[in-house]
Amino acid sequence: MNQTSRRARQRLLALSTREQIESCWTTLGELPEHHYVRGPETGMAMLKGRAGGTGNAFHLGEMTLTRASIALGDGTIGHGWVRGRDRRHAELIALCDALAQHADWQPRLERDVLTPLADVLAASQQRDAATAAATRVDFFTLVRGE
Amino acid sequence: MYVAVKGGEQAIANAHRWLADRRRGDRQRPELEVAQIGDQLRLAVDRVMSEASLYDPELAALAFKQASGDLTEAVFLLRAYRTTLPRLAISEPLNTGDMRLERRISATYKDIPGGQILGPTYDYTHRLLDFLQLAGADVPPAEVREDVSEAEPAPGILDLLDDEGLVEREIDDGAEPADITRDPPDYPMDRAARLQMLARGDEGYLLALGYSTQRGYGRNHPFAGEIRLGQVEVEIHVDEWDETICVGEIALSECQMINQFGGTREAAPKFTRGYGLAFGHNERKTMAMALVDRALRAEELGEPVIGPAQQAEFVLAHADSVDASGFVSHLKLPHYVDFQSELDLLRRLRREHARNSSPDLGESLDRPSTEEETSARKSGQGKHDRESGVHGL
Repeated sequence: MNQTSRRARQRLLALSTREQIESCWTTLGELPEHHYVRGPETGMAMLKGRAGGTGNAFHLGEMTLTRASIALGDGTIGHGWVRGRDRRHAELIALCDALAQHADWQPRLERDVLTPLADVLAASQQRDAATAAATRVDFFTLVRGE
Repeated sequence: MYVAVKGGEQAIANAHRWLADRRRGDRQRPELEVAQIGDQLRLAVDRVMSEASLYDPELAALAFKQASGDLTEAVFLLRAYRTTLPRLAISEPLNTGDMRLERRISATYKDIPGGQILGPTYDYTHRLLDFLQLAGADVPPAEVREDVSEAEPAPGILDLLDDEGLVEREIDDGAEPADITRDPPDYPMDRAARLQMLARGDEGYLLALGYSTQRGYGRNHPFAGEIRLGQVEVEIHVDEWDETICVGEIALSECQMINQFGGTREAAPKFTRGYGLAFGHNERKTMAMALVDRALRAEELGEPVIGPAQQAEFVLAHADSVDASGFVSHLKLPHYVDFQSELDLLRRLRREHARNSSPDLGESLDRPSTEEETSARKSGQGKHDRESGVHGL
């Protein structure tokens, strides 16, 4: 099984809901001990837009952001960031990051958590696209019989 | 004379208790849940986030509930909360071209890659009250096109469809934008700072100013080139990995307005542009913002500044509802001493008037300004604005 890159894993877990992650989580069984090395901490990210969508950057406004860093018993560090204020969500992302660095855990994480979550996310985005597509205008031209 | 203003504690406590009681309403009915507000009153929630300048749907819904539906109060609550949080990151510029579209229309090009997508819109509704909602009728789910497996690419169309170069291009010159939450606004203000202030500006105010340009006070003949609503991924750079990572998605509205020509001796005339961007589904706000953004480019484009919407200092210094409602509301605070001094002054003037009661004394009745008003006029902004300076709230 291909290994999801760290960047792709962080994205997938941040775009999944905490409930979705937790529902896969139970199948992992007993997890190694871990403790926080930073946070979880909620703050803000200032978001930038671009004038005209492609021009100079400007500050649009802020959003809430939560980050967590954990260490497993053997010292492996994992980091997680997520929009919003859900500390458990950030902790779960950090835990996945740490587990993915272990040869024992990595295949199980991939099979039991990342693959099912990727399927759920793809299905949900596909449904959004199909719902939007139902409101797409199909122009037609009336031909006058002259 | 000193007038004591203590003594209201019990009255205030009871007033707050009554407010909470009113907010709860009839105990026979279930209490409104914050999640229901986020779900069923989402346009109000989006407006609160946009004007509070903080994206957090749950907290915006809480603010809306706590404020009993008073949007300006809800904006204030959320804006105040934002001052309690540290800033952990600054995002990469959001790529609205990669938006997962819920709506995308153009009033200038009919056939566009990705098509015209109406989305969940109030346009084309008849604006007739729907009594079925009063009766609590069931609502069918949204229609889904089962034959669509993924979104068609829908790039921004202004640059794409203009192969003749008739529309002004927006190109990043790498300039670092100002941040009005860190540095006090300084006039004249560049476009990046103006856009930041407009993005958090009061929708009603921007709508009125945008409307004024259409009615002739700084006319620039706008077209809605492209409007899009949808979800955009947020990326931040993290030192731990020295990488740019996605931390989630937010809903955004964007309006690209195309306006009448600008040109110089050196450059041939081109359509010019105004831009609006806001959190959530805030289409009207982004249209108004784009109109005002374009109006504020008057000087840059060599247009005469004749309308209020073209005057940057006037427009921007009064756009923030937290500033505006704060300064207006402060009139409710005790002004017993101020007023006492005005009374004394008025009595003296009337005594003088009676003593010399002759018709030529009108000028001495011109009321001298208070220090507060004079200095506010001089600096072009309100007193509290000068005190707070930085738009930290």
